[in-house]
Amino acid sequence: MDLRFGDSEPTDEERAAVDALLGPPESSWEGAARDGTDAADLRWARGGREARDRRDLLLPGLHALNDRIGWISEGALDYLCRRLTVPPAQAYGVATFYAMFSVRPRPATVLHVCTDLACTAAGATDLSTDVEARLGPESGVRVERGPCLGLCERAPAALVIRAGDSARPACEGGTVQAVRGSGGAAPGDGKERRGRDTPRATAVCAPATPDAAVRAATAPENAPAEPAPALAVPQAGDPALTLLERVGTADPTSLDDYRAHGGYTALRRAFALGPAGVIREVTDAGLVGRGGAAFPTGRKWQATAAQPDHPHYLVCNADESEPGTFKDRVLMEGDPYALVEAMTIAAYATGAHKGYLYLRGEYPRALTRLTHAIAQARNRGLLGDDVLGQGYAFDIEIRRGAGAYICGEETALFNSIEGYRGEPRSKPPFPVEKGLFGKPTVENNVETLVNVLPILTMGAPAYAAIGTAASTGPKLYCVSGSVDRPGVYELPFGATLGELLTLAQVRAGLRAVLLGGAAGGFVRPDELDIPLTFEGTRQAGTTLGSGVVMAFDDTVPLPRLLLRIAEFFRDESCGQCVPCRVGTVRQEEALRRIADRTGAAAAGDIDLLREVGRAMRDASICGLGQTAWNAVESAIDRLGAYE
Amino acid sequence: MTAIPLGVPRRLVEFTLDGQDARVPEGSTILEACRAAGKDVPTLCEGDTLTPKNACRVCVVEVEGARTLAPACSRRAEPGMVVRTDTERARHSRKVVLELLASSVDLSTTPSVARWIKEYEAKPDRFGPDAARVDEEPRVDNDLYVRDYGKCILCYKCVDACGDQWQNTFAISVSGRGFDARISVEQDAPLTDSACVYCGNCIEVCPTGALSFKSEFDMRAAGTWDEARQSETTTVCAYCGVGCNLTLHVQDNEIVKVTSPHDNPVTHGNLCIKGRFGYQHVQNRD
Ligand SMILES: Cc1cc2nc3c(=O)[nH]c(=O)nc-3n(C[C@H](O)[C@H](O)[C@H](O)COP(=O)(O)O)c2cc1C
Ligand code: SF4
Ligand code: SF4
Ligand code: SF4
Ligand code: FES
Ligand code: FES
Repeated sequence: MDLRFGDSEPTDEERAAVDALLGPPESSWEGAARDGTDAADLRWARGGREARDRRDLLLPGLHALNDRIGWISEGALDYLCRRLTVPPAQAYGVATFYAMFSVRPRPATVLHVCTDLACTAAGATDLSTDVEARLGPESGVRVERGPCLGLCERAPAALVIRAGDSARPACEGGTVQAVRGSGGAAPGDGKERRGRDTPRATAVCAPATPDAAVRAATAPENAPAEPAPALAVPQAGDPALTLLERVGTADPTSLDDYRAHGGYTALRRAFALGPAGVIREVTDAGLVGRGGAAFPTGRKWQATAAQPDHPHYLVCNADESEPGTFKDRVLMEGDPYALVEAMTIAAYATGAHKGYLYLRGEYPRALTRLTHAIAQARNRGLLGDDVLGQGYAFDIEIRRGAGAYICGEETALFNSIEGYRGEPRSKPPFPVEKGLFGKPTVENNVETLVNVLPILTMGAPAYAAIGTAASTGPKLYCVSGSVDRPGVYELPFGATLGELLTLAQVRAGLRAVLLGGAAGGFVRPDELDIPLTFEGTRQAGTTLGSGVVMAFDDTVPLPRLLLRIAEFFRDESCGQCVPCRVGTVRQEEALRRIADRTGAAAAGDIDLLREVGRAMRDASICGLGQTAWNAVESAIDRLGAYE
Repeated sequence: MTAIPLGVPRRLVEFTLDGQDARVPEGSTILEACRAAGKDVPTLCEGDTLTPKNACRVCVVEVEGARTLAPACSRRAEPGMVVRTDTERARHSRKVVLELLASSVDLSTTPSVARWIKEYEAKPDRFGPDAARVDEEPRVDNDLYVRDYGKCILCYKCVDACGDQWQNTFAISVSGRGFDARISVEQDAPLTDSACVYCGNCIEVCPTGALSFKSEFDMRAAGTWDEARQSETTTVCAYCGVGCNLTLHVQDNEIVKVTSPHDNPVTHGNLCIKGRFGYQHVQNRD
């Protein structure tokens, strides 16, 4: 590849941010100064394939710049491209794909205010206007309204991200190690960094008052600590809990405490059973994926394990950007070692030696906790070349997303890790055959993986006895909206929607419940006897999706809610295929037109919505376009939204 | 010129196409089978020299047992598959896709699309006068070709032709996302500040006229572009020893643009800057 670069140069700080991730450049071919001291540099080209193989460091590289500077300049992007032999046009395409990045200058501090369903119902619109007015243009803080931050149980929510030099490496997980190992001298040694004096900081503010949000935005490093994850689990401490057992009872920063609470017995059992035995247990347990698509996990594992092509990869989907979903966050923050152990088991069963944890970019605490948990597990020989002394090698690398709901789609996630735009691939071929880096890949949701632990500790028959015949095991629900005790609930499959809402103390005047999130559907208050199982919701013409249960009382204007859902899909469409790229826009337009209309005045536009929705469902490439119309359709048909 | 494949004969796949038995070589797409059977399936993002991105979704067909429709241009025929190309469901999606496209971009220079809009009774106007459009001014920033993204359907063909499928220059990519996604060069700069080498292979594959010769663009603006008055002559490029085939499009004794035959087994329609744009010397008559 003969790449052409512009003549914009990075600043020293931008160069330092990239070098902190990749190590200093070795030759002028990949961005070192052309000072003529190294004569060999002029004789042969370096970079090439070796550098191209590191293309997957593009996303971490963009993060490194964004974390340190706050935005990504032309010179910075060019330098990163030189280091990785990535064409600048492609890197520009990637940088502009993600909501958390900016290719235009912006203030170092950005306050993200959630204006999604639960937060809007809790007054997010006034909050953001108020905060903007108080901060004013001189504050150096940019306020951005955006989609669900996964903090719905504490709505309204805000997240502050301030760019700056960071004491800990801006990059995550094993990347630094891996790259330093092969990249010569460690970054930063010898030379003093000339970074800005403000440290990088993030602060979560939820529930947010205008006052608290302004304080967090102006001094994120001094913002009060977040409430403990257990506060998101109203049932915390209940001995009947399985998946949430340790949240609030074990110290999420202590591996010893995790072990004292039964940690790593499942992995020992896995080694005793062997890979085929583990897959048999998972299959017999009847475990079905909890990420929304409800695919049998054992079958997926078996299909991957059987692929002759190697290496195999394991990917944990921790992108969790479905509005109303926060269960994975609570699991990762409250019981991070469980996920590390579960990933180790899944990898062992499917023959993978490398696992990627693709973590939603807006989850700072989950990132900290998991980074710590992985490092500790590595130090104690629970990850690495010889896991538990069993001669099995496995390690986990965290990849941070950068604000794109679509990257939760399994193949879009692969593209994102590989350093391409997060656009879904067409299937077939399926990931079990050609997934990450074109190799057989198992991808599972956080909750799915964590279920593997009780399967192995209690055994498949005991696990399968929980729930119903077709939906086995415990299930997590994210309850938010008009309830007095919002949070993550664990119930065996088969409990009814009414039972769950009673637990969460639903408020009077219930008007509608959104089941399964924005891609799910609304049900009426007289349908609360729907059993929460895959088959039961299907029979009722709706879906469990990722376990979202959002309650709305009659003070919430339904048409506004529907408009927000349409806006979400229009914003999050990757833009690859026509039915979704244009269809989501046409849907939002029609809903805007009928926002205040009913009956005959809305009928024409509702027909239009139906026709477009049908084509989107039938002809879109991926689940985003295929489900974008579900919630609105259900509101029209089940709730009579425009009658 | 046709390529004569000398590979091992491929096995045949038998499946059902609109109720009839169909047999195609293994690896063929449903679209190839349809074309062999003389069926008209509309296509926009598919092209004869590139792997389709299956992004336009105008070619969708119904595959029995599948939850969603399948893009005929890229779904491979499998033994025993039951495919229907002309069901109400498939026709509905095609109609809506045509409406969505025609309501958002200018398809006036896209061949065949007017015919399909008629055939599928698509009514692009029904989204109302305020329907969002990609209203972009044509970008005229060099003397060779013009980018008019108000006509772009994001078929990704130019990206693939400029990238790893042919030219390996990687000057163009898609930036932004959703309805704001655009074909662009790095930093969305003028072409002259980009990595573009002006091979014009992107123009060759663009199905909508969003990328066009400056000569064609100027003549259209002046109202003098008239394909009925044009003749096409295929000849050999004289610049270098590769000997690419050039098809000269001549109107009123002037070369107005240069294309290249896609069925040429060496070049598959690709040229370099000299063959594509370096024709002025031919008509220097002073
Ligand atoms: C637009 C879209 C977004 C998705 N987001 C997520 C997500 O955030 N987390 C997740 O686990 N699965 C998500 N999924 C589902 C995944 O594609 C995939 O089915 C899942 O990760 C598989 O894991 P499981 O079998 O354990 O459920 C999403 C799917 C689509 C279509
Ligand atoms: S359905 Fe939407 S999100 Fe999915 S590939 Fe198409 S445009 Fe992208
Ligand atoms: S410019 Fe032309 S070739 Fe490129 S994506 Fe648009 S329509 Fe397709
Ligand atoms: S088009 Fe370019 S490569 Fe082909 S013969 Fe002419 S000068 Fe040579
Ligand atoms: S955090 Fe605001 S709706 Fe989820
Ligand atoms: S021609 Fe098949 S999807 Fe575009």
